[in-house]
Amino acid sequence: MEELIRADNLTKEFPVQKSFVDLLLAGYKRQVVHAVDNISFNIMKGEVLGLAGESGSGKSTTGRLLLRLIEPTSGTILYKGRDITSFSTREMERLRERIQIVFQDPNSSLNPRMSVGAAIAHPLQIHKIGNSREQKGMVLSLMEKVGLTPADFLYKKYPHQISGGQSQRVVLARALITNPEFIVADEPIAMADVSVRALILELMKKLKSEFNLTYLFITHDLATAKYLCDRIAVMYLGRIVEMGSRDELFLHPHHPYTKALLEAVPIPDPRQRRREEVVRGEIPSAIEPPPGCHFHPRCSHAISKCKSHRPPLREITPRHLSACILDG
Amino acid sequence: MDEKILEIKNLSIEYPISIGIVQAVKDVSLDLHRGEALGLVGESGCGKSTLGLSILNMVRPPGKIVSGKIVYRGKDILSMRDREILKIRGQNIAMVFQNPLTSLNPLFRIDRQFLETIQQHEPDVPKKDALRRAERILDALGIEQKRLYEYPHQLSGGMRQRIMIGLGLIMNPDIIIADEPTTSLDVIVEAGFIDLLNKLRKEFNLSIILITHNLGLVAEIADRIAVMYGGAIVEEGTAEQIYHDPLHPYTYGLINCVPNINMDQQELITMPGNPPDLVNPPPGCRFEDRCPYVMDICKEQFPPLLSHRDGQKSACWLYKEKEAAPWKS
Ligand SMILES: Nc1ncnc2c1ncn2[C@@H]1O[C@H](COP(=O)(O)OP(=O)(O)OP(=O)(O)O)[C@@H](O)[C@H]1O
Ligand SMILES: Nc1ncnc2c1ncn2[C@@H]1O[C@H](COP(=O)(O)OP(=O)(O)OP(=O)(O)O)[C@@H](O)[C@H]1O
Ligand SMILES: [Mg+2]
Ligand SMILES: [Mg+2]
Repeated sequence: MEELIRADNLTKEFPVQKSFVDLLLAGYKRQVVHAVDNISFNIMKGEVLGLAGESGSGKSTTGRLLLRLIEPTSGTILYKGRDITSFSTREMERLRERIQIVFQDPNSSLNPRMSVGAAIAHPLQIHKIGNSREQKGMVLSLMEKVGLTPADFLYKKYPHQISGGQSQRVVLARALITNPEFIVADEPIAMADVSVRALILELMKKLKSEFNLTYLFITHDLATAKYLCDRIAVMYLGRIVEMGSRDELFLHPHHPYTKALLEAVPIPDPRQRRREEVVRGEIPSAIEPPPGCHFHPRCSHAISKCKSHRPPLREITPRHLSACILDG
Repeated sequence: MDEKILEIKNLSIEYPISIGIVQAVKDVSLDLHRGEALGLVGESGCGKSTLGLSILNMVRPPGKIVSGKIVYRGKDILSMRDREILKIRGQNIAMVFQNPLTSLNPLFRIDRQFLETIQQHEPDVPKKDALRRAERILDALGIEQKRLYEYPHQLSGGMRQRIMIGLGLIMNPDIIIADEPTTSLDVIVEAGFIDLLNKLRKEFNLSIILITHNLGLVAEIADRIAVMYGGAIVEEGTAEQIYHDPLHPYTYGLINCVPNINMDQQELITMPGNPPDLVNPPPGCRFEDRCPYVMDICKEQFPPLLSHRDGQKSACWLYKEKEAAPWKS
C-alpha cells in the first residue's frame, strides 16, 4: 500500500488569551495551549484512520493541520511525499481540490441563503471546473449517489427546507464534488439522530469504495470508530497515546487510558452492563498539563517515573504502538 | 417495586402554531414504580421533553395539555394549584436538564444556590445546617466540599452536572426526571454519572425517569423502557424485552442501527425516511411510511398500545393476528 499522508513531529500551540486582570495578577508570562504536542502518524491510500479521544484532546486541531487550515507551530506534513507546509498559496489552492473536510454541524456549515444545488456546486466555481451546465449535471449526478433524491426537486431547496440527515448529505456531496482523494471527517455524525447516523455511516462506507477515498475519521465514540475504521489513534491532551489496527486496539488495548475509555463506552445491550466502576477524575487543563505522562494523575498503575518522563510512542507488536512506561 | 408512585394517564399535549397544531404527545399512558429506573427513548422531536415537562405541569407556552391525568401518590398534579405543584417540584420530584450551565445561575456561588433551594422550602433552617446538608450531598457525589465556594464557570462540565443533581437531591425527592443529562459529557464522565445514579437508587430508593436518545446509556441503567415515535409510545417493556425481543418495527430498527463495540458488525440496519410531521399528522400509525411491514389498516387507524406478553406492550397492527415478530421467522 502507498502512503498518502504523513505527519512528522506535528505540534500546534495556541496562545492563551488573558484578561487584563489575569495579566496583572500572574505577570506577563506567555502561556500556551498545547493543542497538538509532537505527534507523528501516517495514513495509507484507501485507509480509514480513526482519531479518538475525549473533548479537547486535539482531534480537530490535528484534522485542520493536515489541510493547513491552520499553520503548525512545528513539524511537517507530507502529502504523497511532498511537504505541504512549504507549499505556496497557489499550490495549496490546487491541493484543496484533492483534500476536503466535513464538519460536525451541517447547519452551521451551510449558508442558509444558498440553495442545495448552489452549495454543492460552490467548490466547482471556486476551482473553476466546468461551465454552469456541466456543473449542474455533475451536481445532480452526485446528489443521486449520496441519496439526495429526487435530485431535481431537492436541487432548488434551501437548508431550512430539508431534514438534518439531508443537510449532512449536502455537506458530504459538497466535499466530494471536486473528486478528492482524502477527506477529513470531523465528527460528521455527532449532531445527527440515531437513525440518521446509521444512514450516514453506511453512506460514507459506500462512497469510500465507490470513489476510492481515504478518510481521517474524527470521533469521540469508539464504537463508531470500531465500526468504520481500519486503524485507530487514541489522543489524550494533545498526544497520541496508542495507535493500532482495529483488531489489535480493541482486542489487546495496551495503554491504561485506552483501557479506561473502552471500559466506559456504554453498550447498547442490557445483558452486557458494566460492573466495575470507572476511573475517577476528569481530563486536566491543556494549558498546564501534568508533567511526564499526562495520564498519570488518573492512572491506577502510575509509578514515580510516570510523573517525570514523557513515555515515547513505541511499537509493542508490529504496527501497534503505545506510549506507556509500563509497556514491554 | 410494585408500588406505583406516578401514573400518566391518556395524556395528550399540543402546541398551536401559525400553520396548525403540533400534536407533540398523543394519548400516552405510563407508570413509574418506586425504586425503578424508567428509560424514555426516541429520536429528536418525538415528544420526550414535552412529556417529561408535563409531569410537573411545566410544558412551555404555547404548549397545552389537552387531556389526561398525572397521578402522583393518588393525586392529580394537573388539577393542583400552582403553590401545591411548586412544593412537589422542590421536595418530591426533581428535574435535571441537559445543559447545566444554563440551569445553574452563573452569577452565584454554588453554596448560595444550595441555600436558596433549601430555604425556599424550609425557611427556618439555620444557614449552618443547610450548608452542612449541601456538603454531605457533595460528598455523596464525589465532589470536594471546597467546590461549594466556587462559581459555576470554575467547575468542569462533569462537576456542574453533578451539582445539578445535587441541587435536585438536596430535598430528598422520591423521583428524579433527567432529560438528556449527559449529552455534553465525555464517555468517562458519563460512565461516572451512570455509577452515581445506580448508587443513589440503591441508597435512597429513588425512582428515575431517564430521557435520552442514547441507547447505550439507557441499556446501562433502565429496568423498563418506553420507546416514543412521533408523539406516541410505540413500545414498552423491560430492558431485556426491548433490546432482545422487540415487537414494534421501529424499536427493532432503532436498536439495530447503533454500533456496538462488543460486536463485529458488518452492516447497520438503516431506516430510510424522516420522522412524521406532527402538524396535522395523518390518521394512521405514525411510522407507517417508513415501515417495511406496512398494511392497509396502518394507514387508516392509529394503533393503540396493547399488552402482548409478560407486561410487554406495543402499538402495532401486526400483532392483531399473529404472535411473533416478522423478523423472527
Ligand atoms: N483557535 C484556538 N485558540 C485557542 N485554543 C484552541 C483553539 N482551537 C483549539 N484550542 C484548544 O486546543 C485544545 C484542543 O482542541 P481541539 O478542538 O483540537 O480538541 P478536540 O479533540 O477536537 O475536542 P472536541 O472533542 O471537543 O471537538 C483544546 O484545549 C482547545 O481549547
Ligand atoms: N415551544 C414549542 N412550540 C412549538 N412546537 C414545539 C415547541 N416545543 C416543542 N415543539 C414541538 O413538539 C414536538 C416534540 O418536541 P420535544 O422537544 O418534546 O421533543 P424531544 O423528543 O424532546 O426532542 P429532542 O430529542 O430534540 O430533545 C416537536 O415536533 C417540536 O418541534
Ligand atoms: Mg473537535
Ligand atoms: Mg428533548
